[in-house]
Amino acid sequence: MQSYSFMSLVRHALRGNTGWRPAWRDPQLKPSYDVVILGGGGHGLATAYYLAKNHGITNVAVLEKGWIGGGNSGRNTTVVRSDYMFSESAAMYDLALRLYEGAARDLNFNIMLSQRGYMTLIHSQHMLEAAQHKVNWLACNGIDSEIISRERVQRMVPLLNMSRNPVLGAFLQRRGGTIRHDAVVWGFARGASARGVDIVQNCEVLGFEKSGNRIAAIETSRGRVACGTVGMAVAGHSSVLADMAGFRLPVTSHCLQAMVSEPIRPVLDHMVMSPGTGVYINQTQKGELVMGSVLDLYHSYAQRGTFLTIEKTITSVVEMFPVFAQTRLMRHWSGIVDVVPDSSPILGPTPIDNLYINCGWGTGGFKAIPAGGTLLAHSLATGRPHPLAQRFGLDRFRSNRLVDEGAASGIAH
Amino acid sequence: MIVIRCPYCHELRTEEELTYGGEAEIARPPPEQASDEQWTDYLFMRSNPKGPHREQWCCASGCGQWFKVARHTVTHEVTEVLRCDEPFT
Repeated sequence: MQSYSFMSLVRHALRGNTGWRPAWRDPQLKPSYDVVILGGGGHGLATAYYLAKNHGITNVAVLEKGWIGGGNSGRNTTVVRSDYMFSESAAMYDLALRLYEGAARDLNFNIMLSQRGYMTLIHSQHMLEAAQHKVNWLACNGIDSEIISRERVQRMVPLLNMSRNPVLGAFLQRRGGTIRHDAVVWGFARGASARGVDIVQNCEVLGFEKSGNRIAAIETSRGRVACGTVGMAVAGHSSVLADMAGFRLPVTSHCLQAMVSEPIRPVLDHMVMSPGTGVYINQTQKGELVMGSVLDLYHSYAQRGTFLTIEKTITSVVEMFPVFAQTRLMRHWSGIVDVVPDSSPILGPTPIDNLYINCGWGTGGFKAIPAGGTLLAHSLATGRPHPLAQRFGLDRFRSNRLVDEGAASGIAH
Repeated sequence: MIVIRCPYCHELRTEEELTYGGEAEIARPPPEQASDEQWTDYLFMRSNPKGPHREQWCCASGCGQWFKVARHTVTHEVTEVLRCDEPFT
């Protein structure tokens, strides 16, 4: 693998930048692998990377139906944070954030992490009390966060209209931030590929060849591949593959949209979320305003936006930042997210003996990529759930021990 | 935009005026006889197809009735709209 550094930039520049090689290989699918990972998004590629790095397992293929990072990894709002209330969720999401904090060095790839602070506005006395409760709860989990005053909010976000939706203050996690989402995908792909993992794109899973209660081989659009164990990280399409494998999931797939404006000068330094309007917004390094809001509440596999949601989002943004009204919308997109009744992920074993799953992140998968990869890699390598994943098994629905972050963290969906 | 004609009040409703109610025809097993697996399946497991889906909607801003719909989850094409007592074809 070519190492990226200031010196390598200089060296290549002196040679006219003709010596750069592709960051990852484009291999043919081999007839068999020890581990086959379905889904070449952030979670699948991180799983492959940590399988190689943490467990030394490198006879691995990642199968991707389209192109890597073309699903939800390329369709989110790039926000990372770890303000989850239950200790088991906090441990997992904070592991993800800590791994992200070290990822640029670990992967030798600049993921452009910008920890500019994640702010949730407080609009009422009741929300203020809930936020204080949350800050205390997070402190017990070892995650620092704070409540800032109305005046601080006004200083940090001077363009925010604080009168129409009254703002009493805000909840702030300073370590929250944004990342260049494609860089996460490319960084993990490059790291995994360099360690021997085959990343096979345009390779759709068509069916499973079962032997007893195991998956012996996978039929794909690029041929048959035999496998030792199988990991699945396909987010919104989890039910489709589970159906092929012969079991059911407590997952419903929904369309989640986001959009960006044309680039403008830097005017918004932090990520701002308003539970009052249901909108979150931040400005990219390039200057675009990234905006998102609610899920489309019906089942959908349509990876496209709907005008109703665009209108709702934009009107809310303009309500919060009247000055943005003249900014033009440049792009909008949608990803298919896997929503679970308790808004917590599903990690670990499935009813099929050699199939392990990573799904159910719903609207929050991007921020969890390094943790999802670490935990699925652990299951694939050892056959047992990682200690941090123990509460997140598919069996929790049978034992009725849900981890209801939907209620605890006040996630709207 | 999903637009459905309510089979009760016969008005054309947009998705803004409707409430989605998830999968249709989920039968509650008798609690005393159902195994834990059956009960888990009833409570949590859902068919979540990429393609035709049988679901229920409520004419929330209109007559308030729940009804059944067959809809494609990629194209959103509605192929059947039924009263609750009518069977899917």
